[in-house]
Amino acid sequence: MEHIHKEVLRATNITKYFHDPMTVKVLDNINFSLNQSEFVSVIGKSGCGKSTLLYILSTMDTDYEGELFIDNVAMAVKSEKELARVRNEKIGFVFQFHYLLNEFNVLKNVMLPGLKLGKYSESEVEYRAYEKLKVLGISNEALKMPNQLSGGQKQRVAIARALINDPLLIMGDEPTGNLDKKNSDIVFQTFQQLAEEFHQTLLIVTHDNEFAHKTSRIIEMQDGKIINQ
Amino acid sequence: MNLKLIVQVSISLLLARWKQTLVAAVGVTFSIAMFVTLLGFMNGLNDLLDGLIMNRTAHIRLYHDINVSKKQPIDLMMPHTANFVYSVKPKNQRIELYNSAQIMHAIKQDARVLGVAPKINAQVFYNVGTIDLTGVINGIDPDEENRLFMFSGYVTRGNYLDLKNIPNSIILGKGVADKMAANIGDVVQVTTSKGERLQLKVVGYFQSGLQDLDKVQSYCSISTTQKLLGVSNNYITDVQVKLKDILQAPAMAKEYQRYYETDAIDIQQANSQFETGSSVRSIISYAVGVTLLIVAGFGIYNILNMMIYEKMDSIAIMKAIGFSGKDVNLIFIFIALSIGIFGGILGLLVGFGMSNIIDNIPFNTESLPTIKTYPINYNPAFYIIGGIFSIVTTYFAGYFPSRKASKIDPVIIIRGK
Repeated sequence: MEHIHKEVLRATNITKYFHDPMTVKVLDNINFSLNQSEFVSVIGKSGCGKSTLLYILSTMDTDYEGELFIDNVAMAVKSEKELARVRNEKIGFVFQFHYLLNEFNVLKNVMLPGLKLGKYSESEVEYRAYEKLKVLGISNEALKMPNQLSGGQKQRVAIARALINDPLLIMGDEPTGNLDKKNSDIVFQTFQQLAEEFHQTLLIVTHDNEFAHKTSRIIEMQDGKIINQ
Repeated sequence: MNLKLIVQVSISLLLARWKQTLVAAVGVTFSIAMFVTLLGFMNGLNDLLDGLIMNRTAHIRLYHDINVSKKQPIDLMMPHTANFVYSVKPKNQRIELYNSAQIMHAIKQDARVLGVAPKINAQVFYNVGTIDLTGVINGIDPDEENRLFMFSGYVTRGNYLDLKNIPNSIILGKGVADKMAANIGDVVQVTTSKGERLQLKVVGYFQSGLQDLDKVQSYCSISTTQKLLGVSNNYITDVQVKLKDILQAPAMAKEYQRYYETDAIDIQQANSQFETGSSVRSIISYAVGVTLLIVAGFGIYNILNMMIYEKMDSIAIMKAIGFSGKDVNLIFIFIALSIGIFGGILGLLVGFGMSNIIDNIPFNTESLPTIKTYPINYNPAFYIIGGIFSIVTTYFAGYFPSRKASKIDPVIIIRGK
């Protein structure tokens, strides 16, 4: 993997304040970049701003100062609709809680971002969704409803959903935080498999140091600053 | 593609919580059904009360009033001085309309006029043994009277057409008939104020609902009345005009008065107390209608609002996986409109059904012989207003909360958990 890696994401001077109940600087001049095929973990104590940073990087939070480039395109000038498109096409997000839509079955949950992207026909999206579920070893559960699955299975469905549009980057906000040891190992192995076999770029926020040390690069944060990367 | 996906997602969201959807739709249905039913019932009652007067009263009545001459001879002689004449009396003049046939013919040609019916007013005594009861006989044209003033509705026994078909026939007021103990087929005797006597055959009873009126009033055909009075066949005392638009009555009454050189009175002037009552009733019914709509509107809005706030999580998730604010907004408007349209149509049907039930509840009252059940007004306007209203309120009930949700960053919702 020594070929030239393209820059996937770059954050320049990102600063964010919380104003309620009083103005607090939660992120202070964050600068870093992420290259293709990197498996990066962000660690730090609770309240150090790592989740806040991740939400900004994922374009779900637009209330910040500084500049963010995804795939060498500036995000600051984009409209809400364009940002939604970026999230849809280039970013797969895995939350701490699975955040599947309980109104849809597993397959449909995985298909939704693909249908929204509209790049493939519905039957192609369905085929691709099955493929992703197979990679994650849960294709047997495709037609179940999310509330019929275990926590680990739900999280893998969420990962499959994040993968459906072959995103540039997968982000996770403590994706194993709500899982027991066995299930979080499965999820970690899944990420590792994605990184090694599919050269997927991953940016995972975690407070699990054991998890972090298995990744290829660790960014450590403290009090809204990056202290080590 | 995008729209198809939005419709798909909306339908899934609707069906996934079908009980909640049903509750919301039933809320809309109930509101709209109540609106349609209550307004229909209230307006039915209003129409009934209005009809008591409206149906039987001419919009314009042409007649010849007994009056003193407006211009005394002295005024003609000395037009430029102020003349005072004391104790002026009306001179002996005929109470019939001059040129009645020509006037009726001319008015019939008027495009604003629905119909014209002649009438003769005759003061009579009903002879019962040795007693004479005072009364009034109205000479009418049964066909026109029925077409314009629903005459047959007030003939409680017998056939009104017998007035025309049987010579020297009379339809007695119910009160008169009771006093005279006259059955249908009997012959009664009446005397005019000038002493002429005539035997008339009873062919029916008339009941207006106004007891005092039924005690004096009876009906004969025009020719029978003319014979009774001993006058020629062009003797007519009143010409009753019914208009297409009742609101034109005052202006047209003035016009006819000037044009035909006779007296004319419009319904608004003749029944001013009725006008007041009618307008007060309409104000009440509008107030009730508006109140019902507002209450229904808030009900619908609340139910849908709740529903959307419950789906806040889903909104955040959808935005996180790439749905834009506009997509989210469209999805919830689609959901709201589906509920509005489905609930609204059902509400109109239920409202129609309930109106129908009320319409069939017996309502018998002595004073209203023609009314057998509670009245309902099936005015399509109520249904159209109800239908449009259900769609508009559900639209806004879907639009505002989802717009608010679609504008904020998804992280605000996620972090709030």
